[in-house]
Amino acid sequence: MSYIIEKIVKKHNGELGGVIAILEEIQSQHSYLPESALKTVALETGRSLVEIYGVATFYKYFSLKPRGEHLISVCLGTACHVRQGSVIAKEFEDLLGIHAGETTLNKEFSLETVNCLGACARGPIVVVDGHYFSNVKKAQVSQIIKKAREGLDSTDVKEDQRIFAIKLRCPYCNHSLLDPNYLIDDNPTVRLTISFGRKHGWLRLSSLYGSYSIKSEYEIPIDTIVDFFCPHCHTELVGSSSCPTCNAPMVPMAIYGGGLIQICSRRGCKNHMMDLVNSICINCENRHTCKFIKPEGGVWYCEEYK
Amino acid sequence: MITVNINGLEVKVEKGTTLLEAARFLGFPIPTLCHMDGLHSYGACRLCVVEIGEGTKARLVSSCTYPAEEGLKVRTASRRVIRTRKMIIELLLASCPQSKTIQDIAAANEVKQQRFKQEYEDCILCGLCVRMCEEQMMAKAIGFRGRGEKRSIGTPFDVQAEVCRLCGGCMYVCPVCMLRCTYNEPEKAICGACTNLSPPCVDKEQYADMMCYMEPCVACEINKK
Ligand code: SF4
Ligand code: SF4
Ligand code: FES
Repeated sequence: MSYIIEKIVKKHNGELGGVIAILEEIQSQHSYLPESALKTVALETGRSLVEIYGVATFYKYFSLKPRGEHLISVCLGTACHVRQGSVIAKEFEDLLGIHAGETTLNKEFSLETVNCLGACARGPIVVVDGHYFSNVKKAQVSQIIKKAREGLDSTDVKEDQRIFAIKLRCPYCNHSLLDPNYLIDDNPTVRLTISFGRKHGWLRLSSLYGSYSIKSEYEIPIDTIVDFFCPHCHTELVGSSSCPTCNAPMVPMAIYGGGLIQICSRRGCKNHMMDLVNSICINCENRHTCKFIKPEGGVWYCEEYK
Repeated sequence: MITVNINGLEVKVEKGTTLLEAARFLGFPIPTLCHMDGLHSYGACRLCVVEIGEGTKARLVSSCTYPAEEGLKVRTASRRVIRTRKMIIELLLASCPQSKTIQDIAAANEVKQQRFKQEYEDCILCGLCVRMCEEQMMAKAIGFRGRGEKRSIGTPFDVQAEVCRLCGGCMYVCPVCMLRCTYNEPEKAICGACTNLSPPCVDKEQYADMMCYMEPCVACEINKK
């Protein structure tokens, strides 16, 4: 962990007001500010721990306690308050069995009240994992909790036009890496073999470009660098480049129709890049006039259709 | 050099001199609480208010932080200043009536009672201890935490700070606690001398220049005997 934190601190180096930005970035990766992180920040920025601690406790946005998987923020700013925001907050408290500022025992939900989310005209506002719900009625609360449980990000994946499925193959043996029998985000997954430490097992990645959903046989601790292998030819998938953010090796996979996708081999680092030999339909300028556009998106040689 | 006019008397001062320093140079008394020579001015207590400007432009400023300006007219004891000062003392008394320092200030300024809800805080957030620790002890062990009514003084995570020199300077300057014994919570104690009955300082190599302010120190007294 401290490696990533050092990296974050280095990125903001030289700015006097950088501490808040650093803490923000750490919190977005860990959902809270661990004690060790504050110590690293103090050490790296050359400030005293109490100064960093003072900043972290000053802003309500920062949490020093681990938070649940889903964060629910109910707005109690003036406009939301007069529109019964407090009733909504109370309903969340009753349904989740916790008070505002607490986390459920199973670490599923954290509830907090905030003072203004800047969308007063549409209040009462509730934000769950970064997704806004406006004009919330008391009766909707249980639904919102249900939606959060199902995962708001995965529902979005289907609706978001920028996210599309890609088909990958092993760059060495050319076998398809797709596993149609195992679905993530309702799409066939990319199957790989991984090993880290003494563990050796399978890993399945969502085949949607832009989705970070994965499943693996063994829980991979955050920050571990994992070795990836092709499940067919057992060649190690390792390229020559390394991750621009964290320096871990990048894992190359070939895209049907041309191009190469590379993902970072460090768990928790979401860096990835796509090198395209040819265009992808969804970004193609001609997609409105093209007769052969693939509605599900993908990477294709245009010549294929000529 | 800058000329300021304080209570009708002209005085020439260096650029950057505060109104408090200028007034004290002329001998006008201004009560202070969060100001201490050798530490940066912080302007927390507002006890040192003075009135500057004239007519409708007259306003109250804290003299310990306000730098002298050319031709500024300052009044250190106008009726408005006295009234405000008394109000501030009443508010201080309302939060920390047990403080000897605040009691003395109240007596000197003829405040005999206060009209607010009585509370018994153990800190007025004057920041003297924080500045002492940072500027004189070079330790930065304690600081402000939280905000609003949750604002407090202490170490990060409420455990004894590694960088604390156990000098006791913070308690020495504090106008409220004077010496706050933390025996009942030893893990948070700053010195912990009374719990283990040995002064934390004597095992240190630089014992001679520890700049210890812990007086009376239980451990020291016992060791003497
Ligand atoms: S005792 Fe510790 S906290 Fe207090 S002034 Fe000395 S170094 Fe700072
Ligand atoms: S502990 Fe004492 S010196 Fe420190 S801020 Fe509070 S009142 Fe002032
Ligand atoms: S002495 Fe000036 S504000 Fe406290």
